[in-house]
Amino acid sequence: MLSYLIRRILIMVPTLVVSSFIIFAIIQAPPGDYLETYIAELESRGEAVDQARIDQLRGEYGLDRPFLEQYAVWAWKLVQGDMGYSFEYQAPVTEVVGDRLWLTFIISLATILFTWIVAFPIGVYTAVRQYSMGDYVATTIGFLGLAVPNFLLALIMMHFLNVWFDVEIGGLMDAAYVDQPWSWGKISSILTHMIVPVIVIGTAGTASMIRRLRANLLDELSKQYVVTGKAKGLPPLKLLIKYPLRISLNPFIADIGSYLPSLVSSAAVVSIVMNLPTTGPMLIEALKSQDMYLAGSFLMFLSLLTIIGVFISDLALAALDPRIRLEGGATK
Amino acid sequence: MSGPFNPSENRDELADRLEHWQNPEPFDPGSIETMTAAQERYFQAPAWKLIWWKFRRHKLALISFWFLLLLYIAVLFVEILAPYELKTRNSDFIFAPPQSVHLFHDGEFVGPFVYGLDYKLNMETLKREYTEDKSKVQPIRFFCAGDDYAFWGMIPMDFHLMCPAEGGTLYLLGTDRLGRDVLSRMIYGARISLTIGLVGIAFSFLLGISIGGVAGYYGGWIDSAVQRLIEVVRSFPEIPLWLALSAILPVTWSPLWVFFGITLILALLDWPGLARAVRSKLLSLREEDFTVAAQLMGASPKRIIFRHLMPSFSSHLIASLTLSIPGMILAETALSFLGLGLRPPITSWGVLLTEAQSINVVELYPWLLLPAVPVIVTVLAFNFLGDGLRDAADPYR
Repeated sequence: MLSYLIRRILIMVPTLVVSSFIIFAIIQAPPGDYLETYIAELESRGEAVDQARIDQLRGEYGLDRPFLEQYAVWAWKLVQGDMGYSFEYQAPVTEVVGDRLWLTFIISLATILFTWIVAFPIGVYTAVRQYSMGDYVATTIGFLGLAVPNFLLALIMMHFLNVWFDVEIGGLMDAAYVDQPWSWGKISSILTHMIVPVIVIGTAGTASMIRRLRANLLDELSKQYVVTGKAKGLPPLKLLIKYPLRISLNPFIADIGSYLPSLVSSAAVVSIVMNLPTTGPMLIEALKSQDMYLAGSFLMFLSLLTIIGVFISDLALAALDPRIRLEGGATK
Repeated sequence: MSGPFNPSENRDELADRLEHWQNPEPFDPGSIETMTAAQERYFQAPAWKLIWWKFRRHKLALISFWFLLLLYIAVLFVEILAPYELKTRNSDFIFAPPQSVHLFHDGEFVGPFVYGLDYKLNMETLKREYTEDKSKVQPIRFFCAGDDYAFWGMIPMDFHLMCPAEGGTLYLLGTDRLGRDVLSRMIYGARISLTIGLVGIAFSFLLGISIGGVAGYYGGWIDSAVQRLIEVVRSFPEIPLWLALSAILPVTWSPLWVFFGITLILALLDWPGLARAVRSKLLSLREEDFTVAAQLMGASPKRIIFRHLMPSFSSHLIASLTLSIPGMILAETALSFLGLGLRPPITSWGVLLTEAQSINVVELYPWLLLPAVPVIVTVLAFNFLGDGLRDAADPYR
């Protein structure tokens, strides 16, 4: 287990380096930088350009230096926890970002839990009662969940909640609680506002998880040891839980790896539609206004979230499944 | 009769008691292998025929196949199918609700027609209110001359499948904030939304098959480098990265270049899945007996790859390609919806949906959400088709 852990960490480091390099290349790619846009804007308004301030910023972030050097400076500061300076907000990124990173994290976590809680019973039911009415209903809903773009789902749910229950969804909490100290009212308000985003973000993932679990369990249930067990008179529930279910549970852990990136993506889109103060809306703004350090740190945070998530899921999988930690490769 | 049991003695006795029978027909050692005509047909059928037979059994996939085929044929003739031209504006009918088609007026059959709309601005709520005027019967014209357009941007024509009555309107799915017909714009949008999936998949196919092919064929350090690269690319959250990449596209680019830029960006994150599939297939097929046989008979690597290996996984490849088209369509829709994808002179379903971005608009003018319906239906159809193809891909199992 220890050697697996070390090997896994060693793989993670180059992955982080490569992805941070790609991100930096992307945020650097648009021609010009924010300072040039900024100067042009000031000049067009006829305001004096504070050359000393600009030069200071330029020097601090090395905007005039070659690309690789800029990357090195940025990456080194990132390691030290300094995410750079947001040109648009004129404040360090850490301050601008504030709670948004935590919120993204909490919403992602809640969505994963939601996916598990919903997908598990439905997946098992549809496999055990294959071709039953419930199976068909679940499959149809699952396919629809995969096909409906989630921003659309968000709009539709907001619409119907508004019409049927007269609930204003959107934003993270009731307007009354903004900038108020923490209280039970505020927490419960946040919780009720999180229900819809979590359902919307989790739908597609839940649908695919149900299909994976169903397929795996069906494969397992048709194997000979299950038939033998049945012939020898094992009680059906024990026959289901003892081995087939445990084996088909692997995707629940293993899929976090492929599920997290798509979850983070859809969380970004849904946040924009529902006006949630997570990383999504601010990322788009930063991208549009070429606020490169802000955009870069958001992108970096999101991929860090997924890389660490994949790491944790790999560890959990290795702990559960001896085949993986002994052979060093995932087997499906 | 004491003593040991003697089997040969016993057998001779039995043989003497039975009447000896011999079949006078000439003996044909191959008789066990002769088959009925139906069996013969099945066993001699080429692979593509077996795939088709197996695919045909998946009813939903078959329906999806014909539906998509029809859709792609329709995409060729959008200018004729749409009742209005893409940019036709009617400032008298802004945010007009959908008009419904009637057949009977005053108990009399008049054929398909719509009632004319009366427009009134409600001075209290400042809402535009449209009412059907039952006295204005506007029959829909078919195979008629309507808005001028350039067919495929080249041939000037004015022929339409259906047009509004002279001086009348035909807004079957309502109009948007500039008084443009939503249905016509949806039909035009199909051209972009449906081709972006195909073009994107073509890019991703090129990337995936060459990178995966190299990794699978050479193995060794190239293989592990590609594996690492795939891992890195897959660990990125797609939409934020797509957004960042499309923010790079210069604003000065023409819409057509933006279109290709976006498809390339979509492909940049899509190829790893394909490359992985190609690689693992190549790796396992390389060890098969028929590959070894071909090598022993002196076939060149090129011949082995293209003549022996490719056909055995091309059907899998097609299936996985089909399954990744809907992802592209959804991604384009999401990107355009957020305003970082295609830009307005080009019209796709996602661009149309940007009109319905806020909940207030949706409450007032719900028909602006309608362009989402073709997105959902197309994505579903591609999913079913891909499912059916995947099941049929290996007909020998």
